[in-house]
Amino acid sequence: MTAAVIAARIRAAARPGRGVLAVAVLAVWALLAVVLAGHDTLALDPFDLAWLHRRLNEVNDEVGNARAGDSTVIHLLDAVRAAVDALVRTMQALIARPAGGRPVPVLGWLGVVALATYAAGALGNLRVAALTAAGLLFIGMQGLWTAAMDTLALTLSAVLLALLVGLPIGVAAGVSDRVLRVLTPILDVAQTMPTFVYLAPLTLVFLIGPASAAITTLIYAAPPVVRLTAHGIRSVPVTSVEASRSLGATRWQQLRGVQLPMSRHTIVLGVSQTIMAALSMATITALIDAPGLGKLVLASLEIQDVGAAFNQGLAIVVLAVVLDRVATAAAARTERPGRPSPRRARLRLAGLAGGAVLAVWLVQLSRTYLWAARFPTTTTVGGHDVSWTLGGAVADGAGGTVAWLSNHAAWATGALKDTVSAVLVDPLQALLAGSPWWVTLVALVTLAALAAGPRAAMVALVCLGLLLGTGLWADAMTTLASTVVATAAVMVVGVGLGVWLGRSGTADQLVRPLLDAGQTMPAFVYLVPFVALFQPGRFTAIVAAAVYAVPVTVKIIADGIRGVPSETVEAARSYGSDSWQIITKVQLPMARAAVTLALNQGLIYVLSMVVVGGLVGAGALGYDVVAGFSQGFLYGKGLAAGAAIVLLGVLLDRVTQIAAGRAAGRGALRPSSPSGLDARLRPALNSRPRPAGLQRRPVPTGSTRR
Amino acid sequence: MMQRTQRKRRRATAGLAVVAALALAGCGGATVESASTSNSPTAVASGSGSATASASKAACGTVNLAVNPWVGYQADAAVFAQVARTRLGCTIVTKDLKEQVSWQGFGTGEVDLILENWGHEDLAKKFITEQKVAVDLGETGNKGIIGWYVPPWLAKEHPEVLDWTKLNANAQKFKTSESAGKGQLLDGDPSYVTNDAALVKNLKLDYTVVQGGSETSLIQSFRQAEAHKTWLLAYFYEPQWFFNELKLVRVNLPAHTPGCDTDPAKVACDYPPYNLNKVARAAFVTSGSPAAALAKAFRWTNEDQNDVSRSIAVDKLSPEDAAKKWIEAHSSTVDAWLAAG
Repeated sequence: MTAAVIAARIRAAARPGRGVLAVAVLAVWALLAVVLAGHDTLALDPFDLAWLHRRLNEVNDEVGNARAGDSTVIHLLDAVRAAVDALVRTMQALIARPAGGRPVPVLGWLGVVALATYAAGALGNLRVAALTAAGLLFIGMQGLWTAAMDTLALTLSAVLLALLVGLPIGVAAGVSDRVLRVLTPILDVAQTMPTFVYLAPLTLVFLIGPASAAITTLIYAAPPVVRLTAHGIRSVPVTSVEASRSLGATRWQQLRGVQLPMSRHTIVLGVSQTIMAALSMATITALIDAPGLGKLVLASLEIQDVGAAFNQGLAIVVLAVVLDRVATAAAARTERPGRPSPRRARLRLAGLAGGAVLAVWLVQLSRTYLWAARFPTTTTVGGHDVSWTLGGAVADGAGGTVAWLSNHAAWATGALKDTVSAVLVDPLQALLAGSPWWVTLVALVTLAALAAGPRAAMVALVCLGLLLGTGLWADAMTTLASTVVATAAVMVVGVGLGVWLGRSGTADQLVRPLLDAGQTMPAFVYLVPFVALFQPGRFTAIVAAAVYAVPVTVKIIADGIRGVPSETVEAARSYGSDSWQIITKVQLPMARAAVTLALNQGLIYVLSMVVVGGLVGAGALGYDVVAGFSQGFLYGKGLAAGAAIVLLGVLLDRVTQIAAGRAAGRGALRPSSPSGLDARLRPALNSRPRPAGLQRRPVPTGSTRR
Repeated sequence: MMQRTQRKRRRATAGLAVVAALALAGCGGATVESASTSNSPTAVASGSGSATASASKAACGTVNLAVNPWVGYQADAAVFAQVARTRLGCTIVTKDLKEQVSWQGFGTGEVDLILENWGHEDLAKKFITEQKVAVDLGETGNKGIIGWYVPPWLAKEHPEVLDWTKLNANAQKFKTSESAGKGQLLDGDPSYVTNDAALVKNLKLDYTVVQGGSETSLIQSFRQAEAHKTWLLAYFYEPQWFFNELKLVRVNLPAHTPGCDTDPAKVACDYPPYNLNKVARAAFVTSGSPAAALAKAFRWTNEDQNDVSRSIAVDKLSPEDAAKKWIEAHSSTVDAWLAAG
């Protein structure tokens, strides 16, 4: 070995590793936290205001006064409102509300079920058609048909608008880098700013009614389709695009002929995610008088009727699962390679034609007969009216289970809550929120630099600086502490479950509906049992956030595990490794990109539950947002709290992205997307092997020119 | 090949014939048309039919009633709407909204009436005093009693906690993981601004105010505390349907004297009984609508509201049925409202 090499090695050994430095920083920070506890924490009482909050209140008042005025902007807004209103009311008249002088909507329940089943069969396959029919019939038998149709009408209107607005924007972002750069922060804000913050101003601008509800849903539901469309277009292999260009295609022909068709699968997934996001807004829009299942859930909650709330939330879950499966099947259909045989094509055509005739006949029935228009809840058997709705049974079952748990499990849950709060949350909170703000600021920036480099440190500095500007530093640090604990818990459960589901197909089939339920069941429904079991507090908020965030991490990690080539696993097994070694030494390391993505998404999903946490005793930013929605004089503070949540999201997202990028640069797969927030939607992509562009169809000889 | 095509054609025609036969057979049953015709004459006339009872009054028209998300308000709204619909022929459009959005609706003309208002002095200042789009319609007759409550078992077995001077001695018994080593005072929904932080400080109590954030937190905590005999001190209020389930007991803070709570930072006395009031859109009141007169005359006691709340929350009746039940039992009160208008 040369002297230079030896010298370099000694120097490297003498320089402390980054891990050691990080531990040192933490130790100093902890020491300062203990010594200087309580000083300069910038704490603000719940009903106190900082200067920025007062200023924001004034701005809000000015906007309110301007609304009463008469300018072109107001006219434009009124026109938008009228248009959206008309769209929603048309949808409602179609499936939900009495229309055209008749006491029933244009399509009765039988017509809706028939059309939906036909559409599912045409877009997807027979299995999802059966699932659609079963799901819709179940909702009817829950006694929730009209409310579900109200929710569906609003959701579909919002989704239509989201597609109208989002697809062109997504295409533009896919084609132009500048558009993507401008769009990304806007999409980030749209997805992480709590809805409570802009709910009241939105009703001021667009008035109370279907328009506000649809636009609120649109703001939250459009980003997925925008992001996935852009991602899909960018994922089209460069070679395919170049090939088309070399054959003389213009930009427009490229887009229409190559990029859009080849990203069809991803775009369909974007549509699916948009539908899910729109459905998740059902309970929030109920706060501004939007009709449907959300309103029923809120009403049940007012009287603490957990069973009824569960029944109504279950209908939302069923709608979401049905729509998701149909969209996934539609996406799978676009990926099917090759052409079907002529015989199959004729069979399919016959099936479609026959199905269309049947559907039209059923629609006609639903327009003619009352029993086919209003979902029947009683049948006359032998002169008696027998009610056969399932809703009561579901409600009773759920209510009984919750009551039993509250009575018998409270001792265990109480002990768990106290332990976790004392051991995990309190120390972290003392570190972040209890130490002086300048200590925390310096410590966090240093840790970011150590973990992810100077760019991450810059991002951290800017975000933390802006956090200071919101006047809610102490609350933000408290929320950050709970968020970190929640994310750690989510990752532990996510990795455990994800590995299990990734390795076992049957487990995946069985557990997946539970994961879907966790993601789509309105949080308000499981708040009541959680508060009963865990008492109001930060732990309850953490558990609620975990319920929402675990499904997505599990799905991502399971996909990553499944993506590890089976040959590699076989090779490891043939060398004599047992299951534990295979998991820890082969599958997890090779799925590292998926684990990083899962961490990133888990963080974002946990943050999106901060406001719900405020409703169950977590205080801090969540409570500030809720208070801002409930009290006029606290509006500015609520808005600042929303901005603080967005800032925390940006901080955590960017730093983890940069750290992951650096780790990936050292060997594993490089994530191809510029922002992590949009990759919330990637789990579905990872499960499908991307076909290499040019090998999809046999290339005729003679035109292999590149 | 020909045979296969012929077979397919035969199958197709057979299928179509079956479909046609079923269609022609017509499964029978009541048709939508018959339902429309039987409904329409009465549907439009739901107002005019009962206008005979109040023929001397002006036509009522549409009233936009905000319904805030608590059961007591639902009780008010259900009774008011029922009376206005059946006796005055009004079309009542209910809108489920939070308070801030409701008040905002006064400005945009989308909300005509709020039937139960708790505080919100800042909104009153903005919409009544400054913008002059709303007016105070007087009291509802309901008295909001706010205060600190303990579960019934605690009041029975340890009645000393009902005296605020003994709270410090028992502070550690009220401690939870959220109260940073001190006793916990659980607050609820921020829809009503409390003096609790100032009270704890000024009365020198060894307690931390923990923001529960919602009524759910309060109710579930009380239920669990009663079931498992744990110590709980929380902010709560009457009228509230939960008192039908658990008779919570109020802690005695220093008595309220006039002027003791003018400075929120220096409050050291109990909450006074709060006179809940009604607020209406100014133009709605000056329009002379009989509904406005009814709203002004609408007045009932805590017991009345609790009756209807119990029907809704405990007996699980729909608000309309609960209202009908109460109105039938209290027709004299209702007549008095209509006569006063």
